[in-house]
Amino acid sequence: MRVALFVTCVNDAVYPATGVATVKLLERLGVEVDFPAGQTCCGQPQFNTGYRHETEVLVRRMGRVFEGYDHIVTPSGSCAAMVRDAYPRMARRAAAEGRDAGLGAIATSLAPRVYELTEFLVDVLGVTDVGAYFPHTVTYHPSCHGLRLLGLGDRPRRLLQAVEGLDLRELPGAEECCGFGGTFAVKNPDVSTAMGADKVRDAAATGAEVLCGADNSCLMHLGGILHRQDAPMRALHIAEILLSTKAEPHV
Amino acid sequence: MSGTFVGMPAFPKAARDAVRDETLRGNLRHATHTIRDKRATAVAELADWQELREAGRRIKDHTLRHLDRYLVQLEESVTAAGGIVHWAADADEANRIVGELVKATGESEVVKVKSMATQEIGLNEALAAEGIHAYETDLAELIVQLGDDRPSHILVPAIHRNRGEIRDIFREKMASWGRPAPDGLTEEPADLAEAARLHLREKFLRAKVAISGANFMVAETGTLVVFESEGNGRMCLTLPETLISVVGIEKVVPTWQDLEVFLQTLPRSSTAERMNPYTSMWTGTTDGDGPRTFHLVLLDNGRTDALADDIGRQALRCIRCSACLNVCPVYERAGGHAYGSVYPGPIGAILTPQLRGTTSEIDASLPYASSLCGACYEVCPVAIDIPEVLVHLREKVAEQGGPGHRLEKAAMKAASWVMDHPAVMAAGERAALRTRALHPKRPPGAGAWTESRDLPELPEEPFRDWWRKNRT
Repeated sequence: MRVALFVTCVNDAVYPATGVATVKLLERLGVEVDFPAGQTCCGQPQFNTGYRHETEVLVRRMGRVFEGYDHIVTPSGSCAAMVRDAYPRMARRAAAEGRDAGLGAIATSLAPRVYELTEFLVDVLGVTDVGAYFPHTVTYHPSCHGLRLLGLGDRPRRLLQAVEGLDLRELPGAEECCGFGGTFAVKNPDVSTAMGADKVRDAAATGAEVLCGADNSCLMHLGGILHRQDAPMRALHIAEILLSTKAEPHV
Repeated sequence: MSGTFVGMPAFPKAARDAVRDETLRGNLRHATHTIRDKRATAVAELADWQELREAGRRIKDHTLRHLDRYLVQLEESVTAAGGIVHWAADADEANRIVGELVKATGESEVVKVKSMATQEIGLNEALAAEGIHAYETDLAELIVQLGDDRPSHILVPAIHRNRGEIRDIFREKMASWGRPAPDGLTEEPADLAEAARLHLREKFLRAKVAISGANFMVAETGTLVVFESEGNGRMCLTLPETLISVVGIEKVVPTWQDLEVFLQTLPRSSTAERMNPYTSMWTGTTDGDGPRTFHLVLLDNGRTDALADDIGRQALRCIRCSACLNVCPVYERAGGHAYGSVYPGPIGAILTPQLRGTTSEIDASLPYASSLCGACYEVCPVAIDIPEVLVHLREKVAEQGGPGHRLEKAAMKAASWVMDHPAVMAAGERAALRTRALHPKRPPGAGAWTESRDLPELPEEPFRDWWRKNRT
C-alpha cells in the first residue's frame, strides 16, 4: 500500500522527529510512504483566527498536492480535522457566496482520504500491536479535535496498551482541553496557561514519566509549561513511542 | 451595577485577574465540576437523548424561520386570553414600557422572578432611576443583588461566591433591604436558605406587581412558561395583582406539544434533574385566580440582527440551560465577569457580540475567548455549533479591522502567501534552524507565549530536508 504523508507545518519546522517516526513506523508495517514536496500547511491557523479567504489558497494547494493518493496520513488530529470538518464548511460558505471555484470538489475529494495516524493504523491497517517496546510509564492526553471532531475514541489508547513494557496511566479529566487552541494560546495567554498548568498537574499526579499526545501543537504548549517548571515529565508524540523497539529504542 | 457591563476591558485583560484569584478559581472549579458530572449522569439515563437534541434543534430552527408568523399568532392568543402585548425594539424602549406600566399601578416596589432578559436590558437600574425598587426573589439573584454584585453564571448567578461569603453578605446587607438576617447566622446551607426564605416571604406578601421573564411562550394558546427550582417564581406569578413579563422574541414555540421536548432537555441540561421542581404556566388572565392584569413585553434588542446572520442565528436556539458554561475550561478559569455581559461562557461569547455588535473592546474580544475545544457543542441540548459561530464572528471582527487586526490580517495574508510557495517556506525554515543557536530564549514578540511557557528547542533540520536526504 502506498500512502501520502501530510506532515503538517508544525511537525515539519519544529518536530521533524514526529514525521520521521511516522515514516519509519508505516514502513515497518509494510506501507510505502510518499511525501509530496509541495505541501505546506492546511490553513488551520488562518481559518480559526477568522481569515477564511486567506485559507482558501491553502485548501487549493492541499487539493493539488494530494491528488491521486488513496490515503493521506497525518500525525495530527487537529490538522486531519481541519481537512475533514472545516474544508467542507468552507466550501459550503464559498458556494453560498457564489464563488466556489473548485473548493467543493476539493473538500469532497480530500475529506474521506485523510486519516489521522492512529486512525489509519487501527482502521485501515487493522493493527493495534505495532511491535513497539517502550519501558516507561505513560499517560495519554486526547486532544480536542481528535476526540470530538474525528471521534478517535480509544484507538490511541489501544495502540499504547499493546506496546510492550509500557505502563499506561489514566489521565484524570483527559477530555478537557489543554489550553493550546492555536492563536488562543497567545491571544489569551493567562487562561491558556492556567488550563495547561492544570493539565500538567493532573498528568503528573498519574506518576507517568511521559505525557503522550497525537498533536504536537498541544504538546508544544504542555511541553513548554513542563520545561518552565523543570518538571521530570516530558511530552512526546505517540508516533515516536510506537516507533520505538527493543532493537532500536527511538527515544 | 450595570446590566450591560459596558466599558469593560477586553476579555484577556478581564480574565487575567480572575485566573489569579485562587478563591474564585476554587469556587468555580468545585461548582462547575459537580454540576457537569451530574448532568452527564442525568443525560445518560435517556436512551433517546440525541433524538431529543435533534428535535429541539428542529423545533427552534423551524420557529426562527417563521418567527414573524408565530409572533403575530402569539400576540393574537395573548390578547384573546386577556393579556396586553407590547413590542420593544431595544433595551431603552423595554425599560420605558415597564417603568410606565409599574407607575400606572401606583406602586413603587416590584418583586422579580429570575430573568435573563430583564438583566440584559438593565431593568432594575432603569426602574431605580424612576424611583421603583425591584426585589430579586431567586436565591442566587438575591445574593447578587444584596452584594451589589454582578451575576456570573446564567443558571447560578452567584456561582462565584462560596457559603462563607454568602453568610457575610446576608448578615451585612439584608437589614437595609428588608427583614434582617437571623442572629448568629451560620454558613450551613439550610440556615442560609431559611434566612432567605424569611426575608423573601415579606416581599411576596406585600408585592402588588411582579416582573418575570419566560423560558417559553406557546403561540397557539398565548401561554408563558417558567422553569424554576425554588418556588419563588410561582409566588411572584400568582400572588401580585399585576404581572409584567419581559421576554425575548426568540422564546416562542408553536405548540404545547413542542414543550414535551424541552421539558426533558432543559432540566437535565441545566440542573441535572429529571424534571425541574416548579413548572409554572400562565395564559392571560382569569377571574378570581392569579394576577388581574397581565402585560407581555416582547423584546428584540438585537435579536432580529442575529436572525439575519445565516451562521450566527443558531445562537437564538439557546434555551439558557448553561450546560456550555459548566463544561467550558475557559469559563472555569476566567470566571463569568470577564465576559462583560449577563451572558457569560461559550454562549455569551457568541450571543453578546451578536446582540450588542462588536464595536466595543470587550465585544470584539469575545469571539476569541475560546480554545475551540468543542465541549460546549457536545453538551448543547439544541445543538448550537458554538465553535462554528465563534470562528464566523472572528471573521467579522477581523474584517472590521480595529486594534491589532490590520496587522494580523497582513501577517495572515503573508503567511498564506509563503505557505503557497513551498520553496520560500522551506528556505525560511532552513534560515531559522541554521541560526537557532543564536535565538534568544525569549525572543521579542513572543511575550504572550514565553511569559509562562518555554519555546521548544528548534531541530537541526526540518522534516522536508530529512526526507530529501534519506528517502529520495
